[in-house]
Amino acid sequence: MIRSNNIARWLDWPTVIIFLTLVFMGWLNIYAAVFSEEHSSIFDTSQRYGMQLIWIAATLVIALVILAIDSRFFVVFANFFYFILLGILLFVIFFGVEVNASKSWIELGGQRIQPAEFAKFATSLALAKYMSSYGYKLDSIKSYIKTSLIVLIPIVLILLQNDAGSAMVFTAFVWVFYREGMPHWVLAFIGFMILLFILVLIFNKYIILLGLILLTIVLFALISRDHRNAIRFSIGLFGLTGILYGISEFFDLGLSPYSIILIPIAISIPIVIIYTYLQKAKHVLALLLFLAITSTFSFSVNYIFNNVLDVHHRDRINDLLGIESDPLGWGYNVNQSKIAIGSGGFMGKGFLKGTQTKFNFVPEQSTDFIFCTVGEEWGFLGSLVVIGLFVALLLRLITLAERQKEAFARIYGYGVVSILFFHIAINLSMTIGLFPVVGIPLPFFSYGGSSLWSFTILLFIFLKLDSSRLD
Amino acid sequence: MQLTGNNRKYIISGIILIIFLVITFRLFFLQVVDRSYRLSASNNVLRYITQYPARGLVYDRNGELLVYNQAAYDLMVIPRQIKPFDTIEFCSVLEISKEFVDNRLKEAKAHSSFRPSIFLKQVSAETYAKLQEKLFKFPGFYVQPRTLRAYPNSIGAHFLGYVGEVDDRKIREDAYYKMGDYIGISGLERTYEEELRGKKGVSVYLVDVHNRIKGSYAEGKYDTLVVLGKDLTTSIDIELQKFGEMLMQNKLGGIVAIEPSTGEILAMISGPNYDPNLLVGRPRTLNFRNLDADTLKPLFNRPLMAKYPPGSTFKIVNALIGLEEKIVFPQTQYYCDGGYRIGRGVGCHNHPSPTDLIKSIQVSCNTYYCNVFRNIIDKPSLGGVEQGFTVWKNHVESFGFGKKLNIDQPNELAGIVPSIEFYNRYFRKGGWSSLTILSLSIGQGELGTTPLQMANMTAAIANRGWYYTPHFVKEIDGKENIEPRFKIKNYTTIDSLWYNYIVEGMYLAVNGEPGSGSTARIAVIPDIDVCGKTGTSQNPHGKDHSVFVAFAPKDNPKIAVAAYIENAGWGASWAAPIASLMIEKYLTGEIKRKWLEQRMLETTLLDKSDKKQ
Repeated sequence: MIRSNNIARWLDWPTVIIFLTLVFMGWLNIYAAVFSEEHSSIFDTSQRYGMQLIWIAATLVIALVILAIDSRFFVVFANFFYFILLGILLFVIFFGVEVNASKSWIELGGQRIQPAEFAKFATSLALAKYMSSYGYKLDSIKSYIKTSLIVLIPIVLILLQNDAGSAMVFTAFVWVFYREGMPHWVLAFIGFMILLFILVLIFNKYIILLGLILLTIVLFALISRDHRNAIRFSIGLFGLTGILYGISEFFDLGLSPYSIILIPIAISIPIVIIYTYLQKAKHVLALLLFLAITSTFSFSVNYIFNNVLDVHHRDRINDLLGIESDPLGWGYNVNQSKIAIGSGGFMGKGFLKGTQTKFNFVPEQSTDFIFCTVGEEWGFLGSLVVIGLFVALLLRLITLAERQKEAFARIYGYGVVSILFFHIAINLSMTIGLFPVVGIPLPFFSYGGSSLWSFTILLFIFLKLDSSRLD
Repeated sequence: MQLTGNNRKYIISGIILIIFLVITFRLFFLQVVDRSYRLSASNNVLRYITQYPARGLVYDRNGELLVYNQAAYDLMVIPRQIKPFDTIEFCSVLEISKEFVDNRLKEAKAHSSFRPSIFLKQVSAETYAKLQEKLFKFPGFYVQPRTLRAYPNSIGAHFLGYVGEVDDRKIREDAYYKMGDYIGISGLERTYEEELRGKKGVSVYLVDVHNRIKGSYAEGKYDTLVVLGKDLTTSIDIELQKFGEMLMQNKLGGIVAIEPSTGEILAMISGPNYDPNLLVGRPRTLNFRNLDADTLKPLFNRPLMAKYPPGSTFKIVNALIGLEEKIVFPQTQYYCDGGYRIGRGVGCHNHPSPTDLIKSIQVSCNTYYCNVFRNIIDKPSLGGVEQGFTVWKNHVESFGFGKKLNIDQPNELAGIVPSIEFYNRYFRKGGWSSLTILSLSIGQGELGTTPLQMANMTAAIANRGWYYTPHFVKEIDGKENIEPRFKIKNYTTIDSLWYNYIVEGMYLAVNGEPGSGSTARIAVIPDIDVCGKTGTSQNPHGKDHSVFVAFAPKDNPKIAVAAYIENAGWGASWAAPIASLMIEKYLTGEIKRKWLEQRMLETTLLDKSDKKQ
């Protein structure tokens, strides 16, 4: 048939090869993670590696089916998929099965499926459809709100299922926004706020406040190039603060640091206002707004941390930042994971020879922590290869997305990149102690039908769109 | 900014690359640079052993041990590490059955394959020694040392409390506790749990295939240090406590002794009593069940948890209120010919008459107090029954009645002092008068006091008008850093100079001339000025309770005692002699009135108890 010929010619084989390699490596690692002398047949379906073979076979079928379908089908039915998935997500909230404290699974014929996984490609499709529609421009607050809604609704529904990890994945779509026109400073600002959140948890709020004030002054100096005034102002402000602090200590007045800095701030407000008025410096107002938002955020971090996050979230973050340590309790998973990976050394211990793996020291070894097996048995070299493959995949997908004529395909492509990137980066960081433990799988590696199928569908829809880009 | 995305694709790619570079560097550090993660190729395996700190010891005021720790051993198992083993030998060393082993292993596997579960709790030291030699034959099993409480003198079970395993709710609330940890459940063990328990530590060891510990993992980098529990020095006098518990054998009731100048509790005895060693270790569950089922309720700490009407001992409070409100004066006399004959009336025993205030205490005249009480309530300047009663109630509560004294023990009762709302509900508003509630004048009716509150009141009188909140603990970890509330003087609302008259009356109650009507002559101790007041608490279910409060010496008092003996008749029959013996023991160190001691020790009042039905 003409269609299948076209596919074979236009299909992006590099991506497909990387995909197959990753799936195969994933299967090898699940085998190693679950292996025991009693069950040595790889087809043993009572063991996870046996089951994973079945999932993989099904995946290949799904991939072929997607490739066979006309690519316009996905464009036309984008919103349809989206709303169906929203409906299923709603259904799960009320009738779902509870696993590990989150009610996000459906049981179908003895197997469990997680709709949140499938919501990822559906949201990508819906976003692509909306953002590529006639006359769409990402330039007004209204358009931002409307577009964000497409992403926010699934987030809320998934949060109601008590699955914070999966909900977080959807924030990755910020890349799509950025590619389609969100200003650079918004991205930079988001990144800065994340950094600020972490800093506030580690350092004293007072120091953070001083830091933010200094940062604002530096930004002012850069933007307005009024270095002299900037320096004068900082000397005045910080000098006065220092003097007041010294007085408080010397006379043992016991004033809190906050009240000390309030006086210089109070004095500087009229100075700033006068300057702004005289110089008609609008950027000063923007900077003040920046300072206000970031300081409020800093002070509310503690409140959010203690009152909004659950105990186990707090514990994991504390453990990560080294604030508290509980190697037997909630720090257990990560500690074991780091030990497993760390013990791999440069070359790894060899296939099926990982001790931590063998004795099942790492919980969730074949799902969220599957990378431990890679780290332990294949060592640094092996880990590098796997990371390399993932990075190659992501960069290749970006190249593919950029060469699309249709906006729909390009936007969807970036959606794929965003989702995959988030999963890979966070999952890996989790296993090596760079990010708190959230339950998200490593694409193509982690055991599980839902995750393997949803990532495959996510990827292959794009491959199909790409292969027909010249139609 | 251009929308063509040329710049942006590079930025996005760039950020992706940077993040993965960071991850790679971290991996490099973990796997190549940091050597501490390496485990040797001989399949070494990690074992996390929780280090449980020794729980703090508890001493009496003179440094005698009340509670200490004895070693115990829990046998732990990690199902994943089990290899086939000789179950017959295993069962014989541990003295358990094969079914037990199978069941426990099943339960352990269900809990977790790779985390340790307790296989057998509190194995004895001998069994541990036998097992330790053979442990290499049973891979997957290891021993976790624990400590259990031991009571060398077998006293103080009620206020010391006991230690048991922590329950699910506490584990959820407090992240410090894990399944199988111990926690103080009652008494001082509970109040001072945080100080006594110290802080757990963790040691991570390398274990080889033969189940032998090879050494610390990562040179102890992951270990956390144990912090020992802090010792408590209590204010208890061990000799007095022992003596009191002996005297209370076969009797029901409660005795509390306080040092008035500091509020320190010298002894607290509850009858019936039990040996605290019963609630330790594996026999605890069975022993607890038996004690709990006992109809006499030995687990009940009567000094804190039982409320009785105070009886005639309450007259001293009414006397003080009367003096303060100036409706009665030391010289005020009332004539008594056998009772107060108004309304339903209150009877009174035979005694010399008329009496002034001091004598009324000495002979415990009911009529006198009916008059005093009514005059307080009906005092014209107060404006009415409700106002009068409120004034009276405020005075009463200033002695510590009607509310928890907030001592360092859990489960304290607040007692009952009735309120006008209560009477209004019961009688309707305006439907009651001082005559309706007349029983309050002699400490009967809707009054409920605990022995602790009565002892506290006695301490306040001994001090002529103030008290420190009673407490057990003198020092924590050798330092005098007890709660600030125990150092605050609580003043009663009665002026200090009125107390002298009361004290005189209490002195005469004990030391008055024979034939003068003193109710407590049995409590006399040669060469010691004992002041006391008897009481007989009416009991609708059976024989009356015997009550006595006392302090000694009259000037510079060193001890204040309140004793309640259930179903024992008049105050002078049992409570007074027992309290007096305790005072003699505390102040002189020995008992000269051997005959009295003999009688108290040998008699049992359990058959008089109304609770046996």
